[in-house]
This record gives sequence, C-alpha cells and structure tokens, in this order.
Amino acid sequence: MTSAIQMVGVTKAFPGVTANDHVDFSADKAEIHGLLGENGAGKSVLMSILYGLYKPDSGEILVNGEKADISGPSDAMRLGIGMVHQHFMLVPSLTVVENVILGMEPTVNGVLLNTERMLRDVADSCKRYKLDVDIEAPIYQLSVGVQQRVEILKALYRGADVLILDEPTSVLTPGETEELFNAVRELKADGKTVIFISHKLREVLAICDRITVLKRGKVVGTVLAWETSEGQLAEMMVGREIVYEFTKKAECGLEPVLTLESLECLSDRGIPAIRGLNLDLCGSEILGVAGVEGNGQTELVEAVMGLRDLTGGTVKLDGQDITGTPPRARIQMGVSHIPEDRYKRAIVPDFSVLQNLILGSQRDRFTRNGVSIDFAEASQFSTNMINDYQIATPGPETLIRYLSGGNQQRVVVAREFSRDPKVVIAAQPTRGLDVGATEYVRRKLVEMRDGGAGVLLISADLDEIWALSDRVAVIYEGRIVAVKDVDETDQQEIGLLMAGGGIG
Amino acid sequence: MGERLTGAVRRVFGGDGLQGLMIQVVAILIAFIVGAAVLAITGYSPLDAYVSMASGAFGSSYGVGQTLTQATPIVFTSIAFLIGLKAGLFNIGIEGQFLMGAMGATLAGIYLDGLPWVIHVPMTIMVGMIAGAFWALIPAVLKSRLGAHEVITTMMLSYVATHFTSYLVNYPFKAPGWVAQSVKISGSAELPRILPPTQLSAAIFVAVMITAASTYFLQKTIIGYELRATGLNPSAAENAGISIDRSILVSMALSGAVAGLGGACEIMGIHRRFIQGFSPGYGWDGLAVALVGGLNPVGSFFASVLFGALRNGGMIMTRATGVPLDIVNILQALVIMFVAAPKLIRALLRREQ
Amino acid sequence: MRLELVDLINTGLFAASIRMATPIAYAALGGMFSERVGVMNIGLEGIMLTSAFSGVAASYYTGSAWLGVVAAVLVGGLLGLLHAILTVKYSGDQVVSGTGINILAAGFTAYMSQVIWGTRGSSDAVNSIPDLTIPVLKQIPVLGAVFGTHSPLVYLMPIITAASYYVLFKTPLGLRIRAVGEHPTAAETAGVDVYRIKYMCVIFSGMLAGLGGAFLSLSHLNVFNKGMTGGRGFIALAAMIFGKWMPFSVFGASLLFGFADALQMRLQSLGILPPQIILAIPYVLTVSILAGVVGKAKPPSDYKPYERE
Repeated sequence: MTSAIQMVGVTKAFPGVTANDHVDFSADKAEIHGLLGENGAGKSVLMSILYGLYKPDSGEILVNGEKADISGPSDAMRLGIGMVHQHFMLVPSLTVVENVILGMEPTVNGVLLNTERMLRDVADSCKRYKLDVDIEAPIYQLSVGVQQRVEILKALYRGADVLILDEPTSVLTPGETEELFNAVRELKADGKTVIFISHKLREVLAICDRITVLKRGKVVGTVLAWETSEGQLAEMMVGREIVYEFTKKAECGLEPVLTLESLECLSDRGIPAIRGLNLDLCGSEILGVAGVEGNGQTELVEAVMGLRDLTGGTVKLDGQDITGTPPRARIQMGVSHIPEDRYKRAIVPDFSVLQNLILGSQRDRFTRNGVSIDFAEASQFSTNMINDYQIATPGPETLIRYLSGGNQQRVVVAREFSRDPKVVIAAQPTRGLDVGATEYVRRKLVEMRDGGAGVLLISADLDEIWALSDRVAVIYEGRIVAVKDVDETDQQEIGLLMAGGGIG
Repeated sequence: MGERLTGAVRRVFGGDGLQGLMIQVVAILIAFIVGAAVLAITGYSPLDAYVSMASGAFGSSYGVGQTLTQATPIVFTSIAFLIGLKAGLFNIGIEGQFLMGAMGATLAGIYLDGLPWVIHVPMTIMVGMIAGAFWALIPAVLKSRLGAHEVITTMMLSYVATHFTSYLVNYPFKAPGWVAQSVKISGSAELPRILPPTQLSAAIFVAVMITAASTYFLQKTIIGYELRATGLNPSAAENAGISIDRSILVSMALSGAVAGLGGACEIMGIHRRFIQGFSPGYGWDGLAVALVGGLNPVGSFFASVLFGALRNGGMIMTRATGVPLDIVNILQALVIMFVAAPKLIRALLRREQ
Repeated sequence: MRLELVDLINTGLFAASIRMATPIAYAALGGMFSERVGVMNIGLEGIMLTSAFSGVAASYYTGSAWLGVVAAVLVGGLLGLLHAILTVKYSGDQVVSGTGINILAAGFTAYMSQVIWGTRGSSDAVNSIPDLTIPVLKQIPVLGAVFGTHSPLVYLMPIITAASYYVLFKTPLGLRIRAVGEHPTAAETAGVDVYRIKYMCVIFSGMLAGLGGAFLSLSHLNVFNKGMTGGRGFIALAAMIFGKWMPFSVFGASLLFGFADALQMRLQSLGILPPQIILAIPYVLTVSILAGVVGKAKPPSDYKPYERE
C-alpha cells in the first residue's frame, strides 16, 4: 500500500542547530499518526517542510507515491496537504467565512466576491465534518476551541487529504480536547490522514494509531500506539527518566500573604474580565490557578501587579491594602512577577544580560545617589546571578536576545527571585522551554515556596499544576469557581470545572 | 582586539559597533555618489561643486568657524530628537519647539533687562528651555492621556509655532520698520562671539556641554535607563514598574527643552533678535543628523558638523559655481534614506563583493 | 463697511470647500490604502509636492495639462515604489523613509525649479486643466452654484472613493488587502502574495497622492510654488485617522478639512484676523480632532515590517 505521504532522508539546518537530521517519516491513508518529541526536537520544522514553509537542505518528499516539489504552501495545498498551526493564522476582524476562503475566493464574473457561494460552501463543509461553527461571526468573538475548528475548516476547504495538527490541544480544555478527538476520528473515517504533532504523551497514546518519536532532530523510532506505553515513549523522547513529582505541603494554616476580595476589572475591550474574584494565597504554598486561556488569567495577574485598574474590590498584601499602589511600589513591597510572554513582557531584548538583571531594581538596589546607576554593584550582582542560576552566556554585556529561551527565563527568574519576594506570580513560567529548563524553573519555584514565599502559579498545563501545586484553584469567566487541596481532587474534576461544568 | 574595539565604538557611537559605523559611512558615501549623478545630469560639474563645498567648509579658519556656526543649532535639534526617539517617541516637531524656545528667549532677552549678564544669560536660556519643553508637552499629554500619535500632533504644532511666532513679530512685538522682526535683545543677554569675523558664538560650548550631558544622561542615569527600556520594550518596562506615561512626559519635556535651548542659543549668539523665518529648517536637519549619527549624542555632534559643512560649504558653492543650494537638501535626504535602510546597504555591499 | 454673515457663509465658501478638500481627499485615500497593508506613509506630503512639480514641468515642456496629470501620477507611483522598496523589501523604518521622501521632495523640487526656470520660488505659468460645468446640475439654485462647476479632478474624487469602497469590501483583492494589513502571516499561509499586495497598495497610494498634487498645481492654480502643499499631506493623514480608514468616512473628513481651509482663506481676504492666526486654524483643528477622536480609532495594522521566513 502506498503511503499518503513519505519523507525520505530529510535534513534541515539553521545557524547553530540541525533541526532535522536525515529524517524518514511516512503516514498512511485513514491513519492518525502522532509525531512526538520535546520542544525543539524538530517536529514543527519537519511538518513545516512538508507544508512548504521551509525548503529542506536534502531529502525528498513523496505524495501518494510520486515525488513532489513543495516550494510553498500553495504547492502543498494543491497536493492535498493542509496544516493547522499552533498559533492560529486567522485574521481577527474578518468573519469565519472570509478567513476560510481567503486566497481561494469564489467570484461573480471574476471581479466581485460571490458571497452566496461562500456561505453555502462553508456551511456544507461544517455539516459534512460535524464542525459546529457560527460562520458569519468575526474571529475575535470566537473562543479558542472554535477558532481551531475554523482552521480545520480552512484546510478541508482547500481539499486537504492530509491534515497536520501542530500541538492542537495546548489551548483546549479537556472537554474541547475530547471534541477535537471526535472530529479527528471522523476525518480518519473519511479516509483522511491526520498527523498529530504533540509533546503530550497521554494524548498521543489516546488518539493515535502509530507514533513516531523525534529527539534532537533524529527519528528515534516508530511504534504502534497499542503496543507501547507512556514510560517507553518518555524514554524514547528524552533518553532518561523525568522527575515530574515534587514533595507537597499539606494544609495552608497560616495568615494569607495575598488576599483578593471581590475583584472586578475590565478587559482591553471594555468587557468585564474579572467579576467578583476572591482568592487567598498563603505563605509557603504553591497555589495553582487552572483555567482555559481567556477566562481572566491575564487580567488577574495585571490586577495583582497594579498594571490594570480595578473597577471594584481590594488587593491586600500581608493584610495591608495595596489596591491603589502603583506597580513599582508593589515590587518594592515584595510582589514578584514572572510574566507570561517572555519576549514581549519580561525582557528587553536589546538590553544586555546585566541591564535585564537590574530591571525593576534600578532605583532601590543599584544606585547610591538616586540619580546615576552604580555599575560596579550591578556588575558584581550580574556575575553572582550568572553563577548562581547557571545562566549560559558569554558575559554580562551580551545582548539577551542572543540567549536561548531557557537561559532568558533563567535571567528573569534570577532577577525576580533575588529580591527575596513574599509573593511570586508565575504566569505560564515554562511555556516554550525544553525539558531541562522546565525542570529547573519548577525546582526554583518549589525552592521559593520552601523559603516561605507564596507562589501563585497560573498555567494552562494541568500536568504542571498537578506536579507543583499544594492547592488548586479554577478560574472560569472571571471568577474563582473552586479551590481544593490537590490530594482531594483529580484532573478530571478540575477539567470539568475549567469548562464551566458542575456550577449551579 | 577586534572585540574591544567594537565594544568601545558601540559605547561611544551606539548601535552595532564597528559594523554599524561602517554602514553609516558607506551610506554617506553612496549618497554623495548619487548626488554627484544628479549634478551631472542637470549640467553641473560634481567635482567643482564638491571641491568648492569642501574648501568653503574647511579650507580656512573662517570656513571652519562658519561651519561650526551652522552646525551648532543642529547639534541641539538632533540631540533633542534623539532623546525622544530613545524613549520610543517620534518627536518630529522639533522645529516648532526650536522656534518657541527662540521666541521665549527673545522676549526674556528684551523684557528682563537691567540684570547683569551673569543672571540674565542663564535666565534667558531657562525661559527658552521652558518654552520648548512646554510646546513638546502638549503632544506628550495628548499621547499619554488619549493615545494620539505624536508624529502628527508634533508636526501640526510645528506649523502652529511657525505661524504663531510669525504673528508675534508682525504685530505685538514688531520692531519699527519694514522687516518682520523683534527689537534687539539686551546686550546682557547675548552670548559673545568667540571667533570674529565669523559668527561663531559661545553657543558652541553649550552644544558641547549638552552632548556630554546627554551621553551621561542616557548611559549612566536611572531615568535614562528607564527611558531606554521604555523605548525598547514598553511592555517589559511596565511590568518592571516603570511608568510609561511618566516616560512619555519626561522624554518629550527633555526633548522640547533641548530644542528650545537650541533656539535660545541661536538667538542669543547669532541674530540677537527674532527674525521671521530665521530658521532654514534646523529642526528637520536635526532629524536627519540624529539618524546619520547613529542615534547617540556623540555621533550626532559629528554628523552635525558634517551637515553644517554642507550648509556652509553649500552657500559658498552656490556663490562660486551657481549650483542651486537645494542640492544640499537632496544630499541630506539621500543620506537619510540610505541610513534608514541598513539592509539596503548590506545588500549593496554584498553585491559589490 | 458693515460685514454681513452672508459675506462669509455663502455658496462660494462651500464650493471652495469642495475644491480645497480634493487634494486632501486624494492623499488621504492614498494613505488609507497604504496603511491598510501595514505601511505608514508619512511621505505623502513629499509625494504630493514632487508630483505637483512634475505635472507643471510636463505641462511646461509638452503644452498639455493632461499629460502633466499623467506625469504627476507616474511620479507619485514611482515615489510610492521607492517607499515600498525601502520599507517592505529592506524593512527600513517607515517614518524615516517617509521623512526622507519629504526632505528629498523639498530639495529636489526647489533645485529643479531653479534649473528649469531660473528661480527657486515659482515656475512659469503653464497650461492648466479647465473647469467642467455640468449643465443640468448648474441650473439648480444653490446646489448648482456649489456643485455645478469644478475641475474634472474634483468630480473624479467621489468616484474614486466609491470605487475604493467596492474594491476593499466586495472583491477578493480587497479581502486580501485587509488580511495582509491585519495578519500578514495568516494571509501568506493562505497562499496570498503578501509582498505583492503591499507593493501594489503603496504604489497606488503614491499615485493617488500624485493626483492630489496635480490638482494643486494644474487645476487649482497653474504654477508650481515652492512648498505649495503646505502640510496638506499631513492633514490628509489626520483625515485618514478621523475617517477610521474607511473610504467614505475619509472622504467626509477631507471635506471637513477642506471647509476649514476655505474658511481660512475667506477670513483672510475679509481682513478680520491677522493672517497668521487664520493660517494656523486648520492645524489646530487637526490636533483637536486627533485629541477627541483617538481612543476610538483603531488602526488596521501594527505597522511591523513583514519578514518572510
């Protein structure tokens, strides 16, 4: 039987790293094939080559047994290959229909858009593949799960027989993930090939027929899903055992170090994002906040840090009301923040490592006269931090943009933790990091907790919440709907709460 | 050794160190080559024009003095633009702030008379700086409160300033006679000429001081650090507790103040009265110079001297060869555009190899 | 001499408003297309000026005003191409490129003025485009006086506005333009040639600005004067923002600014206020409008240069 697609001896190198090293990969018709590996293993690059976003340095691609020259997405689409990216490629102000047909617009006499046909064709697709979408809504109004369906629609509209899904579940609730799996099974029943890129072992085992594991650009092996196990896959991915569990504290019996009472605030668009949120964070604990993105987490973090004005409620630090205090004061009072989007919010890419390390402390710790910066002090501090936190950098004067993501995060962590804070707000702290860096950051968070700080961990990764938290809270539509000790609940219950179930 | 040199150049000149400097120099050279083509096509001899320009600008002590005279106001306007840019703000209304500073200084020079020069000169300078700062704060407040894009508001206010100062010397503060100008400022408010018969005044010393002061400010002070962080990544700066609004206000105020200082010095050192239209676009020159100078004060100083040479040499060239003075503007624009697209230069260099 | 209000507010004022709005509207529509694909075009002022000059130069050498218009549009397109190359192909800074074009225009036009006509200030008079009178319209009282007689370029303006709306919202090209400005990566992966669309729109914006410049020097007047655009390229940007990057609203905003311009000229001729104060009015108006409007106006793009990987 000819494979639907076959990649033979594909190699692709970027400056400093070989992303794909003589990779052989094939997927059959009516198959769900998982592509598994750590971040940076080369999965996305390989599929980007298949989709024509990159050209391989060597190797060839066969589609339905015939050699194919794919130099761009249009070639790929013509050959029936479609891709749903991790970061959606949807234009926010355009409707679902407009996004789906973009680039392949049906016209009336070649000039005007044929709106009638557009609507008809897309509605038919929805029905055929059982995808529930309001096709005339603009994208920015839709939830992430629905947006993903639009992406799938896009690929199917272009006649995709091979569908590449890049980390599709990273933005979904457990409920939405199940819906996605149903849709994928429907596609398989229709004879389509689905390539499922993921780093999540459990999911890949749950949905895929065959699994190919990549490690550092090379294929480790291809196994049948029902013949393998989590442990075996993990070993194939990393080559050693991973420590996922840390020792837990029991009850939080102390005075809360951070109290949030009846918080209310608006999102950027002026809609209420936080609606009466109550939460207590104790010292010496890690409180994980689980929730699907877009339920108010970003606004919550900003409200606690003072970056967003409240329309109601109070924030108290150690019992003291800091509701009106500006961010700089809060930082000095011991509230520390590891921002969500590292490149955009945590570092200044064109500043050196040293300049990034003193960011936020330039007024209190690194000046002697209040006017100029004490560079001698800053220099000493940088050297210490580089050693203590094992930051891999040629020197403190190197621009931070040249460091790897993991090392950049180490700089951020060094900067925040060296202040010995009372409260640490960690928003998606390990996103985009490889396993080694992830382990390191998690270990540091636990160290902070052991040192007495209260850690508010906001993460979309339930596994991470489970690994680190003493207590788990669920945020849904701007409120905390549940707070439980981690021993008294399970991921399923939390997943249900995240999706709004079990309320009322 | 290469590393240390690059580091030193980067500290002094900013940007990408040695490679960045080279690209700037190449950009300037290419601009002059294209300028030569323009001259040739329109029937003038580029060689005669450039030689005349160069000898006029640097060939004699008079020439050098006049070149520095022309350079002085541009040092101020370029550094003014630079300060705004470091904080991420495009203050292209420098010309307006320059004029307001000049007007402020003129009025202070006329009406605060009776003071010894030790007091009058600094006071006049202060008034000029405050006037310039005020004119820049208007768009700053509009930006921080209402998000109004400063490119258009500063531009519009520049036109308003031109018309407003023109009104002032045509009506309320007009000196008797036909010319649209004010009366002379008191002798106690003048900056002395230091190299007669050139017009070079003590303003050049102020220019040098501002260059040093702004270098120190940007590199070594806390506020300078915070402004640069805001300019490079406002989101991260905000997360670290730096107030974006405050940064906008501070940097625009400083920017306007330096521009106003330039206007004040030009009046106090050269003209000694406000004459309508006395600025041939020093504000715009400042923009170009800041870019050419690699966006740092020391580079701006040297680039100002270059542009001063162009102006001074240009005037002499026009008298000697009849080439229209506007070739200077063309050269400036060419330099800006090539400097604006370093990738273009890199691409051109690669093709030549 | 007693001044009646009717000396100020009359059909002449409104007719003049339409005339003065025209160059602003052309430039503003041009700016809109450029910004809709994510390229700020601060150089509209310089493009208008250079086109105004080129039109007069062409009319001077060929004797034909319409050839002058063609020349103006071509030059505008070329400058648009320059801006596109610097900002799209070489990812140069958009504000710097635009400013460079403005300075280049000022220098180049004054330079060539001297080369051709021997004076830096103005050109010789050239053949210009005669006004058109629409017969039936002209008979209607009041409306006839306001709308009945204008330059063909004025009548062309609303046509181009309507065409812009149709293209932008009813054709595949318009859909792609909007996608490219808002999310170029999404457009690219959907198979749209992002670079080509950007180039097209920026060149077109230059051509429209060129039409605006042609109107100034070949229809409104029949000479080129140094700096004759007088900041209209920037007022056009304000009109574009005020009109929220939508064709008909931009047109409306341009009419408003045209009205201010016409009012200023009337006030000057009546000698009520010092000319400089009156001259400043449109600029003050622009700032006030920006202060009042912005906050609700969201640009169609974040203006970051698009890097194809």
